Amino acid sequence: MNPFSYQRPANPNAAIHAVSVHGAKFLGGGTNLVDLMRSGVENPTTLIDVNHLHLTEVTRAANGVTTLGASVRNTDLANHEIIRTHYPLLSQALLSGATTQLRNMATTAGNLLQRTRCYYFMDTAFPACNKRNPGSGCAAIEGFNRIHAILGASESCIATNPSDMNVALAALNATIHVEGPGGKRTIAFQDFHLLPGSTPHIETSLRPGELITAVELPPAKFAKNSWYLKVRDRQSYAFALVSVAAGLELEGNTIKSAGLALGGVALKPWRSLDAEKSLIGATPNTEAFKKAADLALAGAKPREHNAFKIELAKQSIVRALTLAAKGAQA
Amino acid sequence: MSFPLCTDLEEPLVNPPSDPTTPSETEISRRTFVKAASLLSAAAVTGIPHLASAEDMQAAAATAPHTMDLTLKVNGKSYSLVALDTRTSLLDALREHLDLTGSKKGCDHGQCGACTVLVDGHRVNSCLTLAAVVNGAEITTIEGLAHGDTLSPIQEAFLEHDAFQCGYCTPGQICSATALLEEHKHNTLSTVSFETGNLTAPELTDNEIRERMSGNICRCAAYPNIVAAVRAVAKGARA
Repeated sequence: MNPFSYQRPANPNAAIHAVSVHGAKFLGGGTNLVDLMRSGVENPTTLIDVNHLHLTEVTRAANGVTTLGASVRNTDLANHEIIRTHYPLLSQALLSGATTQLRNMATTAGNLLQRTRCYYFMDTAFPACNKRNPGSGCAAIEGFNRIHAILGASESCIATNPSDMNVALAALNATIHVEGPGGKRTIAFQDFHLLPGSTPHIETSLRPGELITAVELPPAKFAKNSWYLKVRDRQSYAFALVSVAAGLELEGNTIKSAGLALGGVALKPWRSLDAEKSLIGATPNTEAFKKAADLALAGAKPREHNAFKIELAKQSIVRALTLAAKGAQA
Repeated sequence: MSFPLCTDLEEPLVNPPSDPTTPSETEISRRTFVKAASLLSAAAVTGIPHLASAEDMQAAAATAPHTMDLTLKVNGKSYSLVALDTRTSLLDALREHLDLTGSKKGCDHGQCGACTVLVDGHRVNSCLTLAAVVNGAEITTIEGLAHGDTLSPIQEAFLEHDAFQCGYCTPGQICSATALLEEHKHNTLSTVSFETGNLTAPELTDNEIRERMSGNICRCAAYPNIVAAVRAVAKGARA
């Protein structure tokens, strides 16, 4: 690990100023960043500890809009009464990721910025990685790519986003609040994570020096009918091969609105607006869910070792929507 | 033939602190430090573009201190660490600086749980926790769970149920299980709670225990006995 200096600012403004030092990075829970620093993937000169900026509240306004502070620990968020009651999909997704130890450390903003678990990115012994060394190539495309992307990938990068929380936030249509040298602004969740294209080293639409302060959720629609399904090689403490966040708003026996996003299939949480639209007005049954699954996987492109993900994703969507419709957690 | 004591064995086997820092990297003259610090703090107050050029800020970063003084409160006792390398993890601070070698280094990547300790009552992986981050926090390690010669209920249960073989993961398992029981009193959820549908006050079934202990790997696979030990204390606590 390279030497770095450490600062603990007391408010967002001080943090934004501090991070403009060359090579400085924000430090949240450190579960991902410290690990990557130890393996030499990340080499910050300065760590700006953003755990003391008073961004630890979860609040719900009278109109139902809910705000999640950037530094709320994943454990606290998953178990918060507001989230358990109104957004169980988010609780379930958060609790599907990592372990209690790691969730006790990880923060909302840090989870948003988790970096890929592509083996070739994580291990500096592989010289080719367009994320680590732009222009060096992608070792995964011709390598062992069982865990890699089937949607939205490019010839520069086929990595996936590892977060479970992000998949639920995509289905819940969240908005991200940021503050930076240019002031405050909001970013729609769909626009936050970027597809790789020819610049896979640029992972989000954050501008230099911008600090995530909160995540906002619209009034809850899926509190009674949602499910997060995570399929992985072992039952606990593993990243998703495929995951599905499914939410249904039911009116009698008709779907009034739907939220559907996939994890483990693309470099961003893969929300399918086409699939969501196809569900509106439909009766919640296997036929409608299969149609949505086909639409969500339209354009999927497998690599040598991950063709199984297409069928796995489709079946997972049908299962997650079925469990959501049952209101298993109501 | 007699076996060496664990403590005798441990010393030579212990890895040196990762990334030993050469003196030239840490010896920063007072003048450079003051210059860098005042640049940084002036920038923080007034805004960088107006006061400091990009070059100045780069110079500030290059000369900012890579060590710091901090206080770790471990098992109720305060320890002052002077000029500690900022790269030091909580685990290395405990083992290499405070001689508290109960917390173990397994993977050093947050994947095995052998380093689990409690920070302000919450279990964390001390290998991924920088010591600087927990400056001033209350830390409890395996050494702090017993009261004198009286073992904690979880420690007793691990003995009773033979919940280990080689014992290397055991301090982490016990710290983790200690926190698990406390979390359960607050009705925290796990993914298993969603499957059972018991989302108000989940019962600590074996599946719940397995899921909640999944951050602690046991290479000897003493899992059935670990679950039995946790189950026994959980039942006792609820009775």
